[in-house]
Amino acid sequence: MAYSEKVIDHYNNPRNMGSLPKDDLQVGTGIVGAPECGDVMKLQIKVEDDVIVDAKFKTFGCGSAIASSSLATEWLKGRTVAEAYTIKNTAIVQELNLPPVKIHCSVLAEDAIKSALEDYKKKSLAATGETK
Amino acid sequence: MKFPIYMDNHSTTPMDPRVLEAMLPYFIEKFGNAASRNHQFGWEAEEAVEHARKQIARLIHCDAKEIVFTSGATESDNLALKGIVEMYKEKGDHIITCSTEHRAILDTCKSLEKRGIKVTYLQVEKDGRVNLDAVRNAITDKTILISIMLANNEIGTIHPIAEIGKIAKEKGILLHCDATQGVGKIPVDVEALKVDLMSFTSHKIYGPKGIGALYVRKKGPRVRLVPQMDGGGHERGMRSGTLPVPSIVGFGKACELCEQEMPTESARIAAMRDRLQAQIMKDLDECYLNGHQTERLPHNLNISFAYVEGEALLMGVKEIALSSGSACTSATLEPSYVLRALGVGSDLAHSSIRFGLGRFTTDEEVDYTAKRMVAAVTRLREMSPLYEMAKEGIDLKSVQWAVH
Repeated sequence: MAYSEKVIDHYNNPRNMGSLPKDDLQVGTGIVGAPECGDVMKLQIKVEDDVIVDAKFKTFGCGSAIASSSLATEWLKGRTVAEAYTIKNTAIVQELNLPPVKIHCSVLAEDAIKSALEDYKKKSLAATGETK
Repeated sequence: MKFPIYMDNHSTTPMDPRVLEAMLPYFIEKFGNAASRNHQFGWEAEEAVEHARKQIARLIHCDAKEIVFTSGATESDNLALKGIVEMYKEKGDHIITCSTEHRAILDTCKSLEKRGIKVTYLQVEKDGRVNLDAVRNAITDKTILISIMLANNEIGTIHPIAEIGKIAKEKGILLHCDATQGVGKIPVDVEALKVDLMSFTSHKIYGPKGIGALYVRKKGPRVRLVPQMDGGGHERGMRSGTLPVPSIVGFGKACELCEQEMPTESARIAAMRDRLQAQIMKDLDECYLNGHQTERLPHNLNISFAYVEGEALLMGVKEIALSSGSACTSATLEPSYVLRALGVGSDLAHSSIRFGLGRFTTDEEVDYTAKRMVAAVTRLREMSPLYEMAKEGIDLKSVQWAVH
């Protein structure tokens, strides 16, 4: 099974690998997957004035999973929270040329994005007490 | 050092150049059909086959007449199981085997179950060995065959075949042994092991692919089986089909080389394997050896590197040919069933790497591999959310994972 050049590139040069402080009110953290499945992604976003100014990832998983989550952080930075919700796994599949057996990696990345966004939303609602 | 480095000798081995040399005359010059009884071409081919048969028999300490040529260990396994079941169906319909057998055995058993045969799949202990009491307790008055492998292809664990043979003899049950990974690496003596049938193949011992053998005992007791390949009655009626003479010559030569070189070779390879293990484990924490510590093939190493996934690890050392028990590396997207049978959690199964050293592995390659593994694991652990959580003191087993 040969990897696409883009997957190899993300694997060798991961974008935004690392962590943001979990307890920061502007940070949303999403952790999806499970060790038994061989795939766990942690995706974090830092939001200022509704714009994602920073994103970080850490992944336990194969090369395609690492590439999918790395790409996700690239796409999140600079987008608004609303725009971030529109990121679809199919776009990740296309960008990375993922073969059919690896499509689930892109699905998990989309789940991770949504999970981080939900976490941020929950925290900001709790902080401001506002209903959106 | 030549790249890529080959360290996956459980999967297959390169042919020894001496084997290739022995085979060459039989392609264009001495190309006769070994079954042609009436001319020199046939006689020459037959002589070469019988010579190889003797070389092979010597390696496992049997009589040449007890060697049946097949296309490989998978076919030998099929022939043994199906051939015995069909021959002894009046005696019974129960087979005992083990959950960590190769697919060639497990899938054949599944196929036999569809025909109404009952199969007991024994569990193994944490070190991968089958328990002798479990074997004894599984025997019924309908049991006609026990099939346990000599050594496991993933974790290298060697089963107590001689002891199982003793139990089988006591109860009058035939014992088949898939010895594919053990022959040529550790001493194999069919009398000492008390086996009645034994499968093995050429391409794991530096011979050509596409040729293997089934040892079928002739005395004490005389084992009979129903052939699975009909058409001419070759191999004493047990396996029809024109013999691939060049491949057989190669197989014979490969066995002869193993017999001559095994004592020194296995010791040398075991020393390299031990050094590989020591170098990896001294620089990394949370590495777990899978399988028995000492009852293990000399060239096998199987290690789980916690918090790191196997396929990603292989990508990080792509100039070294290895294999993994991770789901991502398997055709079925299931993690290794062998590791699961040991009680190794799925997460550690996904994190396992199998190293298979061989005749042509060098010290330099071993040292290089150790260094690269340590570097790749370290790098991936930095990228791993599980490693991060573990370092924070979180017990990963207590986490509620959000599986989609």
